[in-house]
Amino acid sequence: MTEATSKFDEMKQPDGGIRPAYEEYRQWHEEQASDLLRRKHLEAEGNFRRTGITFNVYGENEAEERLIPFDMVPRIIDAGEWRRLTRGIEQRVRALNAFMYDLYHRQEIIRAGRVPERLFRHNEAWLPNMVGFTPPGGVYTHIVGIDLVRTGPDEWFVLEDNARTPSGVSYMLENRETMMAMFPELFTRVAVEPVSDYPRRLAKSLAACAPPATKGKPVVAVLTPGIYNSAYFEHAFLADQMGAELVEGSDLRVVDGRVGMRTTRGFQPVDVIYRRIDDDFLDPLTFNPSSVLGIPGIMDVYRAGGVTIANAPGTGVCDDKAIYSFMPEIVEFYTGERPLLPNVQTWRCSEADSLAYVLDNLGDLVVKEVHGSGGYGMLIGPTATRREIALFRKKLEANPTNYIAQPTLSLSTCPIFTKKGLAPRHVDLRPFVLVSPDNIDITPGGLTRVAMKKGSLVVNSSQGGGTKDTWVLKD
Amino acid sequence: MLGRTANGMFWMFRYLERAENTARLLEAGLRMALTRDLVSSEEEWRSVIQTAGQRSAYEARHSSYTGIQAWNFILRDKDNPGSVLEMFNQVRTNARLARNVISSELWEAINESWMQIKEMLARPVTQSAVGQVVGMVRRGGTLVHGAMAGSMLRSEGYHFARAGTFIERGESTARILDIKYYLLLPSFSYVGSTHDTGQWDTVLRSVSGDRGYRFLNAGQIDARGIVEFLLLDERFPRSLAYCHGALRENLRALATLHGADGVSNQLMREADTKLANLTVDEVFDMGLHRFLIEFMTSNAAIANAIAEDYRFTG
Repeated sequence: MTEATSKFDEMKQPDGGIRPAYEEYRQWHEEQASDLLRRKHLEAEGNFRRTGITFNVYGENEAEERLIPFDMVPRIIDAGEWRRLTRGIEQRVRALNAFMYDLYHRQEIIRAGRVPERLFRHNEAWLPNMVGFTPPGGVYTHIVGIDLVRTGPDEWFVLEDNARTPSGVSYMLENRETMMAMFPELFTRVAVEPVSDYPRRLAKSLAACAPPATKGKPVVAVLTPGIYNSAYFEHAFLADQMGAELVEGSDLRVVDGRVGMRTTRGFQPVDVIYRRIDDDFLDPLTFNPSSVLGIPGIMDVYRAGGVTIANAPGTGVCDDKAIYSFMPEIVEFYTGERPLLPNVQTWRCSEADSLAYVLDNLGDLVVKEVHGSGGYGMLIGPTATRREIALFRKKLEANPTNYIAQPTLSLSTCPIFTKKGLAPRHVDLRPFVLVSPDNIDITPGGLTRVAMKKGSLVVNSSQGGGTKDTWVLKD
Repeated sequence: MLGRTANGMFWMFRYLERAENTARLLEAGLRMALTRDLVSSEEEWRSVIQTAGQRSAYEARHSSYTGIQAWNFILRDKDNPGSVLEMFNQVRTNARLARNVISSELWEAINESWMQIKEMLARPVTQSAVGQVVGMVRRGGTLVHGAMAGSMLRSEGYHFARAGTFIERGESTARILDIKYYLLLPSFSYVGSTHDTGQWDTVLRSVSGDRGYRFLNAGQIDARGIVEFLLLDERFPRSLAYCHGALRENLRALATLHGADGVSNQLMREADTKLANLTVDEVFDMGLHRFLIEFMTSNAAIANAIAEDYRFTG
């Protein structure tokens, strides 16, 4: 799977024809004057700035708020295709939850020899004090983001599972709001599945996982590290949209066996905490004594059924790329079915044969740290210089278990708006999945991230990637 | 509502009020300086800086008082923690903290005003631009207050915001009066001199009270009337009596919403007793300066009690 063998344009067929999902959009686009579109492009940026949809970046001196580039050409998925995808996503998320339960209970999958014990024994996200404990409703991963990439008409792959604290959902929502405000007529011509009730569904899903100690209507709070966190806008946005409190660690304290938030009326119990902080910062008594962000004693309240923490502590195990490499086995073990959504082929450098192969083919592969994220600390062989490859080789040889390798996928492209008209750019897709005790809910669409630079495969916003509105067409 | 969020609402509006009041002060100073010779204009800028409470910070930075130094210091100097730009930064930071309890209209009003002011203050402000900047700061305040009036729920958040507004406004009017009080004492009079009424006019302009005062007094201007107007006239929205009354109403609403009176309501009642039926002659008898100091002390004590009563920080 190199650049040459598969190159899939989601809008255009190889013969230049427009694929059915994009027909109506493309026709509308042709009818628009190009200077109007250019003006709209600027208008969109102004709108994001005015409403403060920004993420924080830390430079040398002061924090700076930046916009994630927004591209106004939607990424379009037809109804049938989306149905196939959702079946695969649901299967995978079901398996992830069952896997988490098993890992922290009888570990049948290890006894059965399907995944090696060392996988989680050396995993920093593994939490021994979750062993034997079942979170309220049996849900570990309340909110999951499954990163998908596409390489052909029916070729979708899972690139990554984000089971700890997936972010980006506010962009899914705001991108749609922006599109509807700018091009209302487009939405009367094309029937698009709405995404706007995600916050309501999230609130409902979280409330369904309320702990036994809850009295009356569950009180939900979003726990943020604070206004200097890069995703603060999203935390505030979700709290606002859900009608939940937006709390920081310093607002919370363990009072009479419950987690209380300091309100103007004194401490009032919180039932469900949607935390957007890492495990390490949850409870200084349990995890990180030097943390100032945590709530001392919250883990004891959690284990006693006094509060629900979403996602459950210890779910970060699934974000590990070494675990990822076993997902086909994991899906099969817990669902009894073949995975509907395949993994990208992955070489585990911890295994001697794989390591040898990877070292021989560094120039063609993408090599990632097993705990890495955000596109940092990785090698993209085909675009790396000889010197970069040599340096990376040393790191890899010194600590092979820290790495996995994958082929360089030729990600599908979608058109973006440029000064010279539409131009194809590589994209991925992060659908958002909500898990409650009796339901798995997938919002139609998700966050499409797009590499704004021609030929680039890096879609991460921390490295200049942009986003698009993602449309799932109605039947 | 979280105590931390209540604190954010309270300070968001204190800082907004402070930014607006500083801009008013600057506007009045600009006008005054234009009608003065070089020497007394320097004196005038010293007075503006002092009234803004920025004298020691200014003198650490500059050794002389000129208009262009003074307004740039007041508006945008990085070494001035009370600059208008810094006040607006604080308004916006607090708005971000309280983002999930303020309406989106209010948030956008704050964010847009901040963006414009930040842009205008990105470079030193020239003489020809200073009026425009001051106007924009006032308009920013007007926009924010309007968005709040038209879109915010009348719940705790609103009342904390209003309490912050009137605590700050009362403090500001009292401070301006206290620094200029010698001009307003009955013993001080160059009756009929233009210098004198010019100073009085500046005091009124610093609190946007010149029009209101003239309207009520048919153009007659005298020190006693001005003091009465700024202290006791409940029709003027920046007088101590008005601020005091508005603060009382918002504290009462908070007590009702929380089902209990706090120390702040108690202190408010004590202050009420002192202000009730007070005449301007009684103020002069007790001493204007002493009266203002007592007012500011009581105002500060009420602000602290609000923070205590409603668990702003702990």
